Amino acid sequence: MFTLVESLRSAAEAIHAHAMRSFLTTIGIAIGVGSIVAVITFMAGAGEALKAEAARLGGNSLTVAPANSDRRSGGGPRRQLTRQDKALIASVDGVASVTPSLAAASLRYAGVRYGSAAVHAGLLGTTHGYPHFANEFVADGRFLSVADDQRRRRVCVLPARAAKALGLDGRAVGRHVAIAGEWFRVVGVMEPTRSWLRSMAGAPVLIPYGTMRGIVEGRDDGELELALTVAPGMDVEAMRERLLDVLRRAHNQGPDEEDAFQVDLPEDLAEATARVTDVATVVAVCIVGVSLLVGGIGIMNIMLVSVTERTREIGILKALGATRRQILLQFLTEAVALSLLGGLAGMLLGYVAAAACGALLPAVNVGVSPLAAAAAVGFSSLVGVVFGVLPATKAAELQPIDALRHE
Amino acid sequence: MALIEMSGISKTYRLGDHLVAALREVDLAIEANEYVAIVGSSGSGKSTLMNILGCLDRPSTGTYRLDGRDVARLPQAQLARIRNREVGFVFQSFNLLARRSALRNVMQPLVYRGLPFGARQAAAADALARVGLEDRMAHRPSELSGGQRQRVAIARALVTSPAILLADEPTGNLDAAATGQVLALFDELHGQGQTVVVVTHEADIAARCQRSIELVDGAVAAGQRTS
Repeated sequence: MFTLVESLRSAAEAIHAHAMRSFLTTIGIAIGVGSIVAVITFMAGAGEALKAEAARLGGNSLTVAPANSDRRSGGGPRRQLTRQDKALIASVDGVASVTPSLAAASLRYAGVRYGSAAVHAGLLGTTHGYPHFANEFVADGRFLSVADDQRRRRVCVLPARAAKALGLDGRAVGRHVAIAGEWFRVVGVMEPTRSWLRSMAGAPVLIPYGTMRGIVEGRDDGELELALTVAPGMDVEAMRERLLDVLRRAHNQGPDEEDAFQVDLPEDLAEATARVTDVATVVAVCIVGVSLLVGGIGIMNIMLVSVTERTREIGILKALGATRRQILLQFLTEAVALSLLGGLAGMLLGYVAAAACGALLPAVNVGVSPLAAAAAVGFSSLVGVVFGVLPATKAAELQPIDALRHE
Repeated sequence: MALIEMSGISKTYRLGDHLVAALREVDLAIEANEYVAIVGSSGSGKSTLMNILGCLDRPSTGTYRLDGRDVARLPQAQLARIRNREVGFVFQSFNLLARRSALRNVMQPLVYRGLPFGARQAAAADALARVGLEDRMAHRPSELSGGQRQRVAIARALVTSPAILLADEPTGNLDAAATGQVLALFDELHGQGQTVVVVTHEADIAARCQRSIELVDGAVAAGQRTS
């Protein structure tokens, strides 16, 4: 312990004596650690945002969609929900309401044009139940009505960002916009999205479900998903089983076949997305690991230079009674101190970067995460030790008479 | 029993295919509180002898008893301990740590004793006072004259109260005035009971000592009193 204090003192002196060189060496570590902190901090914020989103949806809603490809084994075309499925599900005992969301693969980036301004947005056919499930409401005008759906009116509700991009901020209602070459009257504008998922993917332009069906019929690439509310008092888990059973029979699936459809609770959605962000975190951290490796090699390099330069000093210290272990500890401490300085600088950098990302996505709250701080300190110390061992051993193994003779 | 007892000390280096004998069968004894010069021309083996005396190096053969303890075959860690406790080095080129003040330089050997900072500071200040540098404690080596630097080095050697003070050409880099000061200091320390061994090639320095041991070609010259 005592020798450690001495080693720290000596490390501080050495780093101070070569301030510029030390600074440049630590940049590599600072960048590596900064990236790790940014990724962990941002992902933690995103995870919180997802959980909050799931919580908002409430406990009595379910979604029905074609099964994710990763859940299906084997090939074959992905089965789609049909109008008949929708009717069937609506008739199941205990289902209180069904809100369809109909998208089309070919209209995922439909052009939306007003005058000379144009944006791209997904097109989604839905009904009056949508605001409840999305937990987002119109800021201006009105939402799609039951009559809009039944009469297949050519009306739309624009997402806030699209309205702004088209130059229709605050005066969109009543105007006509061209969507995929067809004219729609704007009846409302949604409030800015609070959802992390929708702000990443881009909020869709909403049109009546019936109208969308008319568009999709000719294209044959519709993708229907259903959001259900369950009657009060019903168990959602039991409801999930019942719905899966209904769908298996409706699609004549054999007993050995895997489910072609999935029924998800809001938590499932959050979990699935959390898995994706976890994988993204791991991948990002691995990539960042490479920059830490490079930073570590930089430290090893500068420490080797330092040992060579200070050969005579090492000889003096050995003549004065320093043991191998004391010299080893001194140089190892110096390497760790360098690395740790880089780590602390990186921590600051990382938080700034994460905060900047967070500022672009208002839904994500970026806070100072103790995990990220621990990772910064831990990784940089580890790098210091791993890449400091070789130079420190070289210093410790020097023979005193050879070291003293060194010019 | 003498403080230093060497018998049959040889040191052989391998230079390519050749074996070079730097020391051959050296026997010598130095009593406590002696003031001894080791003299010889360059290449005579006096630096090698000094390294072995100071436990910086180990002999190839022979026994070396320092204060009754056989140190010729000790492992490195124990040799470091002996260098720290029993030997005080004074080098020709001072060998001070350039970035540290005189006081911090003198404190350094006590680091390896595990002394706390305050105690090190007090002992180092005392040692600097003994060499007359109490007003130069905060100066770095570059801010001191050659004579002052060597006196800092002597203070550093004394701070551990070593059994022997081992000086290798201590005045080789000094002018006449500084040489006089340093030698007077050695005389004074000897007068206080310090055992001093000076390696030198200068006859007038050797003349100040109680006796000289001359090395010729790695062996003690004939007719020398070696104990």
